[in-house]
Amino acid sequence: MLDQPTNERRLTIARAMAEAMQQEMQRDPRVFVMGEDIAGFGGIFGNTRGLFEKFGKERVRDTPISETGFISAAVGAAMDGMRPVVELMFVDFFGVCFDAIYNQMAKNAYFSGGNASVPMVLMTSTGGGYSDAGQHSQCLYGTFAHLPGMKVVSPSNAYDAKGLMTAAIRDDNPVVYMYHKQLQGMGWLGTEPGATLNTPQEGYTVEIGKAKVVRAGSDVTLVGLAMGVHNALKAADKLAEEGVNAEVIDLVSLVPLDRETVINSVAKTGRLIVIDEDYHSYGVSGEIIATVTEHDVSKLKASPARVTFPDVPIPYAKHMEQFCLPNPDKIIAAYRKM
Amino acid sequence: MQPTKEQSLWMYENMVVSRRFEEAIEKAYLEGKTPAFNMANGPIPGEMHLSNGQEPVAVGVCAHLNADDIVTATHRPHHQAIAKGVDLKRMAAEIFGKSTGLSGGRGGHMHLIDPAVNFSCSGIIGESCGPACGAALSRTIQNKPGVAVAFLGEGAANQGAFHEALNLAGTWKLPVVFVIEDNSWGISVPKAEATAVIRNDVRAAGYGMPGHYVPGNDPHAIFDVAGEAIARARKGEGPTLIEAETYRLAGHFMGDAEQYRPKGEKDALFAKDPIPKMRERLLAEGCTATELDEIEQRADSLVADAITFARESDYAPESDALTAVFV
Ligand SMILES: Cc1ncc(C[n+]2csc(CCOP(=O)(O)OP(=O)(O)O)c2C)c(N)n1
Ligand SMILES: [Mg+2]
Repeated sequence: MLDQPTNERRLTIARAMAEAMQQEMQRDPRVFVMGEDIAGFGGIFGNTRGLFEKFGKERVRDTPISETGFISAAVGAAMDGMRPVVELMFVDFFGVCFDAIYNQMAKNAYFSGGNASVPMVLMTSTGGGYSDAGQHSQCLYGTFAHLPGMKVVSPSNAYDAKGLMTAAIRDDNPVVYMYHKQLQGMGWLGTEPGATLNTPQEGYTVEIGKAKVVRAGSDVTLVGLAMGVHNALKAADKLAEEGVNAEVIDLVSLVPLDRETVINSVAKTGRLIVIDEDYHSYGVSGEIIATVTEHDVSKLKASPARVTFPDVPIPYAKHMEQFCLPNPDKIIAAYRKM
Repeated sequence: MQPTKEQSLWMYENMVVSRRFEEAIEKAYLEGKTPAFNMANGPIPGEMHLSNGQEPVAVGVCAHLNADDIVTATHRPHHQAIAKGVDLKRMAAEIFGKSTGLSGGRGGHMHLIDPAVNFSCSGIIGESCGPACGAALSRTIQNKPGVAVAFLGEGAANQGAFHEALNLAGTWKLPVVFVIEDNSWGISVPKAEATAVIRNDVRAAGYGMPGHYVPGNDPHAIFDVAGEAIARARKGEGPTLIEAETYRLAGHFMGDAEQYRPKGEKDALFAKDPIPKMRERLLAEGCTATELDEIEQRADSLVADAITFARESDYAPESDALTAVFV
């Protein structure tokens, strides 16, 4: 892994996101970016680095700490023909601005009978694992995916990060782009090396609504997104040592959800484990399991399992947080119980 | 309103305790984070927002409060917590994630809650304002004495919650004081680039309450203005908005490279460090060096004891993470 061919461009997710925004801004004058500390600072998580220097403050705007104001402003701008990309610095802050998101951004197309569109991207950071406690570590995938009218994606690697951002900006619908902090490639909060991948220079899209089988296997299906994919891949490596072949699915997109890829995989393996760093109840893990059981329960050789964050606020103390977070060992333990 | 000598010394002592506490926290925070800075490592992981330089606002306000009064604070809460009388040992232990901490390690540095002295804080910007109104309302309904003080940053004064809370307080004439610590930065964004007015005190007019701006990061000047506001609230005459100029001597959080600061700004701020300035003032007013040295020594040992307590305390069992969601 260390000896990469020199012609490869290994990018972090942060750089891949910034590159996609930069290319789309060059292509399309309607695209502009706004959020807190996204101009000169380049984004707290590095994902807008270089944009301000290239496009200036008209198109790369630092906002006041007024999320309701600037996110609903993005809705208005999008409906008036612009293509805003706005950042909600941590997804945890959705509490101060959710009306703009789920009542306006997500519903105006429907309320217009499809005559109006809201082509905007709301990018927001998710995830914990570095002891940032209960208001800065949540995932809230299920919260966003639950509410109709917005697409929801979350990349697990830089290749998908770039292609999804490009697709999100070009999409005529609102897209919530959730990036996991510990996959960003920012050393200062620890990073998952597997997220940094060879990423083509030229623009390309990754389809929103299509899951990926990132490892083929026949004995059990491990389904996850973002950090969950990396935990699943590590668990699959360990299981392979025992002769168990796990198939790993990266959901990539929660809305639309590629149910078919999951159903087809479980039809083959007969076993399903969902890995989700979001809270246990009423979330993505329940939705995936319901998808499979509703379709054809006879395909299952064992009860499905989920490895998730328990239904408690995220604790600060490192040992407590690590105790709660999904990890490869918990996935293996879930498999053993099947 | 001028402080008595006793009050002046109280303010000085709390400023020094706060500073020494943060110096100790800073040192401990960096353990395990070198050579490569990774927030997740060391005895104090996660984000760390230091308040050094901002001590004058906390002490100038809290000098007028007692344990019954309420303070709601921010993501940068140490100086405010110390001035309000939060137990230093339990606060240190919380920051180290120990079982003896205020929440047993569940909350951490941005979530210090100490009901014994009516102190709480939140990491969500602007969210100190509403709860202060509610606490003030509760005292009014219960006919109990006590005022509430909400601390916030100048960046938070652009949050909807701030404006809604001010309107509520103004409409209901609540015994609450809003105190904006204007350190002129919201992370990397200068106040002037994010705020439609030069000074936030003028915003008070929109909510039917008096507004005051206190320049100079001067504990005595803050004491004066806050004293009037808190007395007014105690008399049932309603809320006040105060914006006080202050200095953020540290980065936004530890690990912040602060490249957004204009050249020389940090040096200029350190040259105006409020703690040596206050010491000089106290000496000029007739306090003896011995008296002040004693205060500093007392602060040192208080902090040393708190840090030792924190380090020597045990971690709670990891499964404690699953308890205390409901009482
Ligand atoms: C609602 C919300 N938006 C954004 C943030 C991220 N954030 C944390 S501190 C901060 C700057 C706050 O500035 P200010 O209110 O002036 O306080 P200071 O940090 O200067 O003490 C921001 C934007 C947050 N915690 N909550
Ligand atoms: Mg500030």
